[in-house]
Amino acid sequence: MTITFHLNGEEVSLPDTEPTTTLLDWLREDRGLTGTKEGCNEGDCGACTVMVTDPDGARALNACILFLPQLQGKSVRTVEGAAGPDGTLHPVQQALIDHHGSQCGFCTPGFVMSMVTAHTNGATDHDTQLAGNLCRCTGYAPIIRAAEAAEATPAPQWITADRKFTFSEIPRGEVADRGAAPPSAPDTQTDTQTTTDTDKATHPSLALRPRSGDDLATAFVARPEATLIAGATDVGLWVTKTLRNLEDVIFLDGCTDLKEITVTDTEVRLGAMADMNRVRQALAPLHASFAEMIRRFASQQVRAAATIGGNIANGSPIGDTPPALIALGAQLHLRRGDSRRSLPLEAFFLDYGKQDRGAGEFVEAVSFPRQPDSLRVYKLSKRFDQDISAVLGAFNVTVTEGSVTAARIAFGGMAGIPKRAAHVETALVGQRWSEATVAAAQAEFHKDFSPMSDMRASAEYRLATAKNLLGRYFTDLNGAPQHVLEISQ
Amino acid sequence: MSVSKPLPHDAAALHVTGQARYVDDIPTPRGTLHLAFGLSQIARGRITAMDLAQVRSSPGVVAVLTANDLPFDNDVSPSLHDEPLLAKGEVFYVGQPVFLVVARSHRAARVAARRAEIRYAEEEALLTVDAALAANSRFEDGPRIYHKGDAEAAIAGSAHVIEDSFEIGGQEHFYLEGQAALAMPQEDGGMLVNSSTQHPTEIQHKVAEAIGLPMHAVRVEIRRMGGGFGGKESQGNALAVACAIAARQTGKCCKMRYDRDDDMTITGKRHAFRISYRAGFEAGGRITGVSFTHLVDCGWAQDLSLPVADRAMLHSDNAYAIPAIRIESHRLKTNLQSATAYRGFGGPQGMVGIERVMDHAAHVLQIDPVELRLRNYYDAPSDAPAEGGAAPRSATVPRGISEKMKDNSTPYGMEVTDFELHEITAQLLESSDYARRRRDISEWNADNDRLKRGIAFSPVKFGISFTLTHLNQAGALVHVYQDGSIHLNHGGTEMGQGLFQKVAQVAASRFGVDLNRVKITATDTAKVPNTSATAASSGSDLNGMAVKAACDTIRDRMAAHLGEVYQQPASAVVFQGDRVRIAETEITFETAAMMCYTGRISLSATGFYKTPALDWDRIKGKGRPFFYFAYGAAVTEVIVDRLTGENRILRTDILHDAGASLNPALDIGQVEGAYVQGAGWLTTEELKWDGSGRLRTHAPSTYKIPACSDRPDVFNVALYDGQNREDTIYRSKAVGEPPFMLGISAWLALSHAVGAFGAGYPHLNAPATAEEIWRRAERIQDGV
Ligand SMILES: Cc1cc2nc3c(=O)[nH]c(=O)nc-3n(C[C@H](O)[C@H](O)[C@H](O)COP(=O)(O)OP(=O)(O)OC[C@H]3O[C@@H](n4cnc5c(N)ncnc54)[C@H](O)[C@@H]3O)c2cc1C
Ligand code: FES
Ligand code: FES
Repeated sequence: MTITFHLNGEEVSLPDTEPTTTLLDWLREDRGLTGTKEGCNEGDCGACTVMVTDPDGARALNACILFLPQLQGKSVRTVEGAAGPDGTLHPVQQALIDHHGSQCGFCTPGFVMSMVTAHTNGATDHDTQLAGNLCRCTGYAPIIRAAEAAEATPAPQWITADRKFTFSEIPRGEVADRGAAPPSAPDTQTDTQTTTDTDKATHPSLALRPRSGDDLATAFVARPEATLIAGATDVGLWVTKTLRNLEDVIFLDGCTDLKEITVTDTEVRLGAMADMNRVRQALAPLHASFAEMIRRFASQQVRAAATIGGNIANGSPIGDTPPALIALGAQLHLRRGDSRRSLPLEAFFLDYGKQDRGAGEFVEAVSFPRQPDSLRVYKLSKRFDQDISAVLGAFNVTVTEGSVTAARIAFGGMAGIPKRAAHVETALVGQRWSEATVAAAQAEFHKDFSPMSDMRASAEYRLATAKNLLGRYFTDLNGAPQHVLEISQ
Repeated sequence: MSVSKPLPHDAAALHVTGQARYVDDIPTPRGTLHLAFGLSQIARGRITAMDLAQVRSSPGVVAVLTANDLPFDNDVSPSLHDEPLLAKGEVFYVGQPVFLVVARSHRAARVAARRAEIRYAEEEALLTVDAALAANSRFEDGPRIYHKGDAEAAIAGSAHVIEDSFEIGGQEHFYLEGQAALAMPQEDGGMLVNSSTQHPTEIQHKVAEAIGLPMHAVRVEIRRMGGGFGGKESQGNALAVACAIAARQTGKCCKMRYDRDDDMTITGKRHAFRISYRAGFEAGGRITGVSFTHLVDCGWAQDLSLPVADRAMLHSDNAYAIPAIRIESHRLKTNLQSATAYRGFGGPQGMVGIERVMDHAAHVLQIDPVELRLRNYYDAPSDAPAEGGAAPRSATVPRGISEKMKDNSTPYGMEVTDFELHEITAQLLESSDYARRRRDISEWNADNDRLKRGIAFSPVKFGISFTLTHLNQAGALVHVYQDGSIHLNHGGTEMGQGLFQKVAQVAASRFGVDLNRVKITATDTAKVPNTSATAASSGSDLNGMAVKAACDTIRDRMAAHLGEVYQQPASAVVFQGDRVRIAETEITFETAAMMCYTGRISLSATGFYKTPALDWDRIKGKGRPFFYFAYGAAVTEVIVDRLTGENRILRTDILHDAGASLNPALDIGQVEGAYVQGAGWLTTEELKWDGSGRLRTHAPSTYKIPACSDRPDVFNVALYDGQNREDTIYRSKAVGEPPFMLGISAWLALSHAVGAFGAGYPHLNAPATAEEIWRRAERIQDGV
């Protein structure tokens, strides 16, 4: 597949790209654009941040875990393209100079691109916008001053021009430059590429980029051993950290139909390819606590790439959305070829590292019923922003006339899978919603969970705080501020 | 004059446009090779078999080297010659480099490095200070002991005695730019090395030894680092040496940069300490005596551990005149990464010790901890305004009873003659509204069960100078060209602290010219030789003075010549406003330069400086190790949640003493950044090893430095209006390390908040993670 995109306003066409080349490596090593930095190569520091614009708008992404095929038809701006062609600095660049926002300067290009993106989008929640950019020198205060100072200046023309890039000009999925198209998908709108890189495995591997769920279904049945790549915020690390050579890969980001989010009177349905920032937006009016938890899910850059489907399909015991979705009574929708099935989300997670998903089967969507909002989601981590949960508790208790009529409580970080607190739920249902009931239910936690100790937290802390969070939930429903993030000086 | 102006960092425009070049950004010749280390997978043992066939056959591999392949010295230690570049049959920690892969790409080298099959005969690893102590595994023969008076007797006779032991964790530097080096072989067998290092001379020295050439054959250059914080004082040696050896063997340019996980696994960190204390107090709060024991986890090699541990001892008094004190320091050798320099260099750990004592005592005596601290402060110098000068003194902070009678000498016998903290404290308590807020907080806490606030004040007195006295020297090289432009070079390195800009401001001021005449150039061992590491906050003190000397030499020559030409005394020649005035005549600086050139005046000079007045015996622990002290103080307010231990900094107020600041904007930047880094050390930054000595927090996904929203909600930072009492460059003070320790106030504030959950003392360890806070809150509630 030929990958075509705009780079700092100029078209770039790459005929023979190794599909798991990261944008960062390509920029620095092939293109000689060394302004974009590598600080961690795993999506955690933001030094590699670039701005990517497509018909959905502009977003900041981490170039270190962004594969070139994910750029197909998009506009990329790196720090070298933040200033105008005549060298006029972007307002955030000028503000960073004026406010002494750089010291060693190594984090600065990444900050610049996060700030340019936020500025382009008119976003002024700077702490959230910049949570994915680490700076070890400044202590952040001058950077925030700079971001605030630049707010009022309009976005320069050379930045807004990225939006005018006519994406339709990009060839739609012509077939491979070399090698064979997938056997059963010759006529689909699927970009294909085979590679025979000598540094890689000896047999050729295949890269596909289907344009719809249907095409994906066909392609995946034909190549069930292929690795699906959604936002690549997990898969990217297999390449950059585990140093795996992926063989056949299927990029899902061309499947626009899988990105849909639909909210009806009865149901909320999140397409597997909906990214976390969009999920957060959609959930904010419905389940504010869930949306606030997603604000603390990774960072702006990672959320802009990470998909809800990936967060479920990876089967991680510390994925943040599954417990919340389970608490909402979510159904998972799977598809293999033309056959579809649905199951309660909790049933998908069979055991550590094992999910109820067959070969060639993929996650199409997750849905849950519309309901009054009694969901609260609590994320415990060493650091508030951009950290993996030590414990994630999701509580959804229905109280009717003072008694508990239903309870769905699920946890992440407490077992090998995202797991419901069945005994705790049983202890609540049918009881008065009272401190005594809560205390009785807290005594049941050890029956549901025997968590592990690791570098994030001890087993003891996990179990104790999980109990305590039920207590927090009880008072939280009364509306008093319960969280240190809600208090200011 | 350009000194004291709040100018931006000299490279700010390059930073924001991505043009600032770091080692990995330097364009390299075609065919450049890339390096990676194969690492030990066990913490201690002998290598019994090493099968590297899979490594050699891995795609893109050009060469694989082991200890046997090294032609000359196999050592990268900055001190004891105990750190082989590649393990010599024995390994001492998980992550120790065992072999070196040379390959065509960074990735190919990394892939190959993981393909080794190494068998070991494992030996029992010492993974804790307890294990090391039990095995008497240590550096130096026994503990170092510094003392003043008879601490035990003083404590025994006190009205109150407190005693405790607590842990202080280490800290990963997390410079955003990982370690990196690049070696280019030269035509005569020499080597040009670009290294991300705070210590180019040491890189030069170690590379020369490793390739068997004199130092003159090795040139080391560094324009800037993407952060150092001490982590690039000695930890870059291995990469530079590896590159030079590989470059020598292959004849190709060789580059090495650690992937972040490798960086965190291989390199040293801040020393973890366990501090035990016994302290005695009079009923009124005056300390009578204190006895500290420091168990210092130095890791597997000596590196800079001795001076680090010394400095911890030297800061065990912090701001307090302690009549009798004993400090016993054990430098323990464990099978973990070799702990190394990190901003503060042991000072922070020592200071946490005494601040903990003050906090604990205030709790026992039920006095406001600020009051207790004030009662124990060193006396202000006699020429200082007696009652804190013009600033109104807070009525709630009496000066105590006995302070006029204090013995103002430190535990190591140095008189404290520049103590600024009375004034700084008075101003800060006022501006932060400490007393009112402390009252409000107790009221708020009385009404809240699960959330509690805490507030704490902490002072900093930090000694400035390398304690290894001979390091307190610096050189500079200045050229004035015939067009009036000025080339500036000195031995200091730029890691973000703004040293180059400050020193350029000095140079511009000496010549009375605009700053843009001064060209800042990369640190280069061929221009200024035998430099000390840019460390110990000494960068602008030492190099500023050396540059001043060089500039003044040239300026004096110019003045003499111009005086002669205009038949005026040299003293009538004034360099000011980018021009030169000779009595009535005024000419441009470039005209002056051209006239001197045609007059055959040398317009190039070196400058040299050595810090005066130092006299230190580290074995006895007596003398004057420091030229002066830098001061500062902070008030931090936090909130904590009992249910989960979650916590946050709500507000911080800082007043810091940078003397007569060379550049207030850069200095404020240092203070803000250091505070956040210091608070991070004591809160979220937790290093965890598993039972086999494997570091589990080896990436930013698991090791959590402060993120944007972790900075204080309200953050008021100001510089104290004063000047250095010693004759430093424009009477400024060093500012790199001292403000790091202002972060201690965050840890103390957390202790205060946790204390509100019960009657007992919280006994908080550091880092005070959410889990640690939860645990302490549980115990205190249960009355433990
Ligand atoms: C810096 C950083 C921070 C992070 N923080 C968090 C956090 O706070 N909370 C959290 O929960 N996670 C976090 N993650 C993990 C990750 O972002 C999420 O799990 C994310 O949702 C994965 O989605 P993705 O689209 O990127 O998946 P990918 O990486 O593309 O894929 C992940 C896995 O799912 C499979 N897959 C993807 N889509 C489908 C599909 N439709 N059907 C079947 N299989 C599929 C892939 O084959 C792969 O096995 C973080 C990751 C990074 C790098
Ligand atoms: S390099 Fe750190 S996020 Fe990409
Ligand atoms: S300026 Fe050094 S990391 Fe941000």
